[in-house]
Parts: sequence; structure tokens; C-alpha cells
Amino acid sequence: MSPATPTPRAKDIALQGLWRENPIFGQVLGICSTLAVTNLVLNTVVMCVGLVFTLSLSSATVSILRTLTPRNIRMMVETLIIAFYVIIVDVLLGAYWPAMRSNLGPYIGLIITNCIVMGRCEAYGNSNPPGRAFLDGFFMALGYSVILLIVATFREILGLGTFAGLAVPFFASPAWDKWIIMVTPPGAFFMLAIVVWVFRSIQQRKEEPAK
Amino acid sequence: MSLGAEVSQALIVCVAAIFTQNILLAYFLGLCPFIGVSREIKAAFGLGLAVIFVLTCTVLLNWLAYHYVLVPLGLEFFRFILFIIIIAAFVQFVEMVVERYSPFLYQQLGVFLPLITVNCAIMGASLFMVIRDYSFIVTIGYGLGSGVGWFLAIMAMAGIRQRLATDRIPRGLQGPGITLIIAGLMAMAFIGFSGVLQGR
Repeated sequence: MSPATPTPRAKDIALQGLWRENPIFGQVLGICSTLAVTNLVLNTVVMCVGLVFTLSLSSATVSILRTLTPRNIRMMVETLIIAFYVIIVDVLLGAYWPAMRSNLGPYIGLIITNCIVMGRCEAYGNSNPPGRAFLDGFFMALGYSVILLIVATFREILGLGTFAGLAVPFFASPAWDKWIIMVTPPGAFFMLAIVVWVFRSIQQRKEEPAK
Repeated sequence: MSLGAEVSQALIVCVAAIFTQNILLAYFLGLCPFIGVSREIKAAFGLGLAVIFVLTCTVLLNWLAYHYVLVPLGLEFFRFILFIIIIAAFVQFVEMVVERYSPFLYQQLGVFLPLITVNCAIMGASLFMVIRDYSFIVTIGYGLGSGVGWFLAIMAMAGIRQRLATDRIPRGLQGPGITLIIAGLMAMAFIGFSGVLQGR
């Protein structure tokens, strides 16, 4: 991880989260709780919104409380902060969109144990002012969401011939033999592996001329 | 339900949790340590055992807490916080006990125990237990099966990855990429078991 510069600008934080240290293909963290919902684009969007909300706010909260938190119970406090925001997401979803909440099953609750959330709170929120921690959390979660949306888009179009529930021309027609495997668990693994492969290769190609 | 029927249902749930509904390969839970720690068999073995033990115990503890504390009080939405506290406390407790009474075991499992608190498989199993409304006896089968399923998957992966160490893999695929592809192939194989449990 790069050493902390004195005052990174918002743009740098954004670039770091979206590209250089992208949680998924950079660190391959936190895919557990979200990969499962990428068979439908709509589920993924809701899940990602929940994650962006939780990560940015809990990182900022950890940052605000960082001087007040005793060091030895820090992890516990962080977990409780994260759990607090996840409960908000869960309750809101239960109130306004119960069908989506039952679609997502346990995965909303699993944002708590998502390594990315804890990791960013610990690595960034804990040692930076709230504003920057918020931005960092926001862009990290966004970088994460973009990748998952790519995965979800391919899975839904190839597997079901729809995009967010709407039929896609050609892929929805009988001419296209639907790849059912894409909407089953193995499809998620393959798709994510391909995405990681593509993005890592691009990153490596960019780094090479610099050497 | 009679006791006999519950026990046989627990067995079915247990086998299903190991194979067709493997918590790792079908529900993607516990992927981070799965990718991070599957590089060598010994570490995978230690972590796998720790997961079996902690998962089985915390699912049962969470079942008791949910049905005897949260439901009577009408505080079901509070379960995320309660579950994570129980898991963290249990892991801490086990760590202390193991360190005190079995230095050998502590050496084997010590490093993995703290990791387990943030292992999604542990939390996920507890949440599934609530959603699927399992009875206590069925939960025993479910917890054990989920743990064993996770253990099997990570051991298989560690074995395969040791062989891969000497293979030539495209640079972008090295590490997590190839691990994900193998996981996909393994998931396909595990789905193949669904015929065994058909009609249940």
C-alpha cells in the first residue's frame, strides 16, 4: 500500500478507489457477500447502493470517533458502527421494498462481515479526518460496485437474455441459446475471474512502460 | 415433528449443506480467506478445522439467542448486531481457552481464530438458519454440514493450488484469477451431487 501523502486531493482518492487499488481486481477482497446477487442486475444495484451507503458513512463515523476509541476494543467498535448502518439499510429495505429484501436473503446482513468495509475503516478511516474517510469509503465502494455491475450485466444477458428484467434484442430471442450456467454459481466464479484477468492485464500493460 | 423425523431431516440438511448447497461454492460465503489462505495445505487444514468448530457452535448459540431472546422481545431486526457480538465473543473465548490449555492446538489454530470473526461463512450460516426457520436439531446438522463443506472445499483448493505453483499461468490470471476459475469448476462438480438429493 502506498505511504500516506500529506493531503491527497479528492481526485486522487477517487482514482485510487476506482482504479489503482480497486477492491476487487486490486485486492480481491470482499467479494463473498455480493457475488451471490450478481445473477440479476437489479439485485446487484440495490446491494451496491447498500454497500456504498454503509462503507462511506461507517468509514466517516470511525474517523470521527477515532480519538475517543480505546485501541484494544477498536475492532469491536468498528464492527458495531458498521452493523448499525447495515441495520438501517435492512430496515429501510424491509419497509419500502420487502420483495427485494427477501430476494437478497442474508446478503444484506453480510455486508457487516464484508472484508472491504472493515478493511477500509481500519486502514483509512482510523487514521484520516472524516471528510477524506467518507470520500475514500465512497469511491472504494463505487469501484467495487462498478466491477460487480459488469459481472451482473454479462451474467444476466448471457444467462437469461434480459437486462434488469427488460428483454435484450437478440439475446432474448430463440436464436440465442441461453447459457443457463451463467446464472448458476459457477458462472459467477468464471465471470469474475475473467473480469479480474482483463483488468489486471490492462493494469500490468500500463505499468510496464514506466519501468 | 417427531424426534425421529427431525433427526432424519437434520441428516438430509447436513448432506445438502456439504455438497449441493455448499456454503462456499453455492453461496459464495467465506471467499476471502478461501482465496487468501488456500495457498498451502497445512494452513488450509488449520483454518478449515477452526471453521467447522466455530461455525457449528455459533450457529447453535445464535439459534438460542434468536429464539429465546430476540423473538420474545420482538427485536428481530437487532439480530445482525447480536450475532456478530456472539461470534466475536465466542471466538475470543475459544482463543483464550485454547491458549491456556492446549499450546499445541493454539500453535496450529491460533493465527486463524481472529480471522474467523470476519469470515462471512460464520455469519452467513446464522442468517440462513433464521431465514430458513430451522429447528434446533436441524440446525445442528446444518451447522456441522456447512462447516464440513467449507473445509472440504478449501482443502481441495489448497491441493490443486500446490500443483499449480509450478504451472505457467497468464500473468493477469495469477493468484486470485486462477483460483476463481478453479472454484467455478469445483462448483460445477458439487452441483453434480444434486441428483443424490432430488425429490427431497
